[in-house]
This record gives sequence, structure tokens and C-alpha cells, in this order.
Amino acid sequence: MKQVIAGLTLALMLLMTTAALAGDTVMMATTTSTDNTGLLDYLAPIFQADTGVELKWTAVGTGKALAMGENCDVDVLMVHAPDSEIKFVDAGFGEDRRLVMYNDFVIVGPEADPAKVKGMTAANALKAIAAAKAGFASRGDNSGTNKKELSLWAGAGIATPIKVEWYVETGQGMIATLNVAGEKGIYSMTDRGTWIKFESTHPDSMPLVIISEGDEALFNQYSVMAVAPAHCPAVNNAMALKYMDWIVTPAAQKAIADFKLLGKPLFIPNAK
Amino acid sequence: MDYLAEGVVKALYLLLHGNAETYSAMGATVSASTLSILASLILGAPLGFLLGHYDFPGRRAVRSFTDTMLCVPTVVIGLLVYAFLTRHGPLGSLGLLFTIPGIALGQTVLGLPIVVAMTATAVEGLDERLSHTLMTLGANRKQIFLTTLSEARFAIALAAVAAYGRIVSEIGISMMIGGNIKWHTRTITTAIALETGKGEFAMGIALGLVLLVVAFGVNLLTSMLRRRAGK
Repeated sequence: MKQVIAGLTLALMLLMTTAALAGDTVMMATTTSTDNTGLLDYLAPIFQADTGVELKWTAVGTGKALAMGENCDVDVLMVHAPDSEIKFVDAGFGEDRRLVMYNDFVIVGPEADPAKVKGMTAANALKAIAAAKAGFASRGDNSGTNKKELSLWAGAGIATPIKVEWYVETGQGMIATLNVAGEKGIYSMTDRGTWIKFESTHPDSMPLVIISEGDEALFNQYSVMAVAPAHCPAVNNAMALKYMDWIVTPAAQKAIADFKLLGKPLFIPNAK
Repeated sequence: MDYLAEGVVKALYLLLHGNAETYSAMGATVSASTLSILASLILGAPLGFLLGHYDFPGRRAVRSFTDTMLCVPTVVIGLLVYAFLTRHGPLGSLGLLFTIPGIALGQTVLGLPIVVAMTATAVEGLDERLSHTLMTLGANRKQIFLTTLSEARFAIALAAVAAYGRIVSEIGISMMIGGNIKWHTRTITTAIALETGKGEFAMGIALGLVLLVVAFGVNLLTSMLRRRAGK
């Protein structure tokens, strides 16, 4: 018994010291799209080579990422819901928000296009889908994409479809939601980065195609911001700044532009 | 359907080629689950003994409580432990959020009731004459405790296996407390969730098989230990 306890204490101490011995790290909460596409797996080693700082990240929906910032669990945020971000900064939880990159959202659906919306603007497409009750798969998880989708329904003058047969809230990530839409043969909305990733995992047969794109309303901006040290004295603000300063450098911006899947860029850098 | 067969091939590839990410996730799973199963046993076996051996007022209520705790969803345990470990929480200064010991703490909350409930049932099921006989032989409390536990050792071993099975396969706590951080707190189960989220179903199946290999290794080890202890 004593040996077991001694062993356990030793194991714990070892774990603690390895954590303490590790070099500088920055802890980031981010959205699923930056992780599921593989962008962070690609950027983190470059960041470490340039600055010697290790980037650790947890990928959650934008809603949860902001909650983690408010609870002081992370040093920096990289999310894509501008309205919520500005509220977050105004509330004193975050500061120093900087634009990093963008891509756009696309409305996707079955090839047969039962609601006949191909080529319409986003607002008109949604109106037609709702009128035809053609079926729509929503994230329904308070993520950046979900917030965007809800704002599009509002912009189209349609009350958020809740508890109606044709509107499916998956409560899951983007690829899982696209799988639901594909299986059921209904429409959905996704960021382009995740869409290209989805294409790459269906090399033989794509269950969905792009129905509406290029509309200004479908613009998708990603930003970084530091969790405010005034609100959270325990956060590592110096490391957060190091990461934020790095990601807007021309070299890092070029690395983002060079990140491609199936020969297509997933994110377009636009730091100022 | 194709991804099932593809998953089996990938599992072998990951294991045989020493894939660094897979081994890192295996390491995280093994260290978190080992810490939590040891803590569950060290705390749970004596508590289970007390609960099964002694009659005290409120004992039935405590038993119902532990039995109910067997059914708490892991995500709820994750949320509960997160409330304590977040930097704003009462234990925030320990810095356990997003660490392996943090995951182990949550998993101990999961494993403890299993060990307590099963040990208590085993001790209750022992022949009542055992403790009377021990007393007439002049055994003190500590000797009664150790002999009773030793008589119930097979049931306790079963409790350990059951608790380990739940701990090693849970995902709610690992995701909420660990945060699925690559090279640090990415366990096999959170990696499976990530791969599924990416649409890489074959990779998810492969990692599921890797988890079974880990579990098989642990069971083999415990049965060897049991056989040595039996001699």
C-alpha cells in the first residue's frame, strides 16, 4: 500500500515538473474550423520555430471559446464572430482585437436542388428553402458559423426556424453537420475551409454541391484578441502578444496563404 | 462501410510505424487512467469496506447515494470539476485545468463510486462469521480490515477492472478538463472525437482499435499480477 502511494506521489510530481520545465507556452481557445482543416497543426510548428514559444490550443465553438476567455482559462482567442467579439471587448474581457484572415461561407445542398435556389443570393436562397420547406441542417451550437447562419435568416426577414420539421439542428461540428445534410439530402451552410476539407474526404462521390456563394453577406472574418489582463491577472499576456504580433507578420500571413488543400487556399490573410 | 476495413489496416500501421501522435495520445490515456484508477482504489476500497462492514445510521442513504453516482454522465462530471478547476474557480490556483492530473481528478470522481459500491457489496456478501472469528482470535481493527479486504480481493479486482473500463473509455471529462490539446492532453478518446469531427472515419476506427490494444495490455498485466499474488 505504502509503495503504491509513494509511486503515485512520484508520478504526480514527475508530471508537475515536466509541466513546469516546459518552455514558454501560450494557451489559445479557437474555433473548430481552424483545427478541423489542419491549419493550426501547420502553423504551430512554424510559430515555435520563429519565436521558441509553444502554441497550445483547444478547439471548441466560438461561444465556448469566448466563455473560456471570460473564465480566464486561456491567454488568447482566435474566433470568427465579429459581433460577439466586439461585445466581448466592450465588456472588458478581451482587448487588442486584430484581423487575421478571412474566407467565406457557402450554402451547399444536394445536386438535385429541390428548392431551385442555385445561383441565388444567400437571403433569397434561404427564403426559397424556407418556402419550399426543403430541409436545412444547422449547427445549432452557438458557434461562429451558427451565429452567422442565424443572422442570415434574420437578414432574409425570416423568423429563426425552430421546432419545424424541415430545420435540423445537429448540435455538432461542421463536418458532422455536413454529413447529416449529405445523408438526408438537405441544404446547409459552411465556411469554405471546412467545405474543401469535406471535399477532400469524399474523393469518389460528393453528396453535396455549392448552391450559393460569392455574396457579400457570406464574408467570414477571423480575428485574434488577448484575454484582458485587467480582467484576468493570471493570464500570460506577454505570450498572447507574442502570438498576436507573430500572426500578423508578413511571413506568417504568407504561410496562411500557402496553406492549401486540393490546390485551393482555405483562408485568405488580411491583417492590417 | 469501406472505412471499417480501412480502419483495421490503419490501426496496424499506426501501432507498427510508431506514429508519434498516436503514441502521445496513448501516453496521455495511460497516465491519466493509471493515476485515476490508483486514486479510486486507494480511496474507494477502504470507504467500501466501511460501508459494507459497519452498520451506522444513514448507511442505506449513503449506499443509495453511491449507487446513484454510478449513473452520473461523464460530461456532467466534466462540468462539475471544471467549475472548481477554472482559474475563477476555488481550485483555480492549482493550475490543473488542461493537464493530465486535472483529467485524472475528474476520472477519479467517475471511478470512485464504482469501487466503493462494488467493494461494499463484496464485503456485505462475506460470511458474517468471518469478523466474529477474527475477533475471537484476538485480531485488532487493522487486522480485521486487512483480512476482510483480502477475502474480498477477487471482487475488488473485478471492481478495479469495471472502473478502469469506464475510465479509459470516457470522453466527457477528458474533453472538458483536458481540452484535447495536441501533444499534451489529447487522449485516444478525444482524438477519436476529433478525427470523426474531421470526417476521417477510418482514423477514428483505427484509434478505437488502438484503445482496445491498450486495454488488453492492462488486463493482461493485472491478470499476471493476480496470478503472482495468488501463489
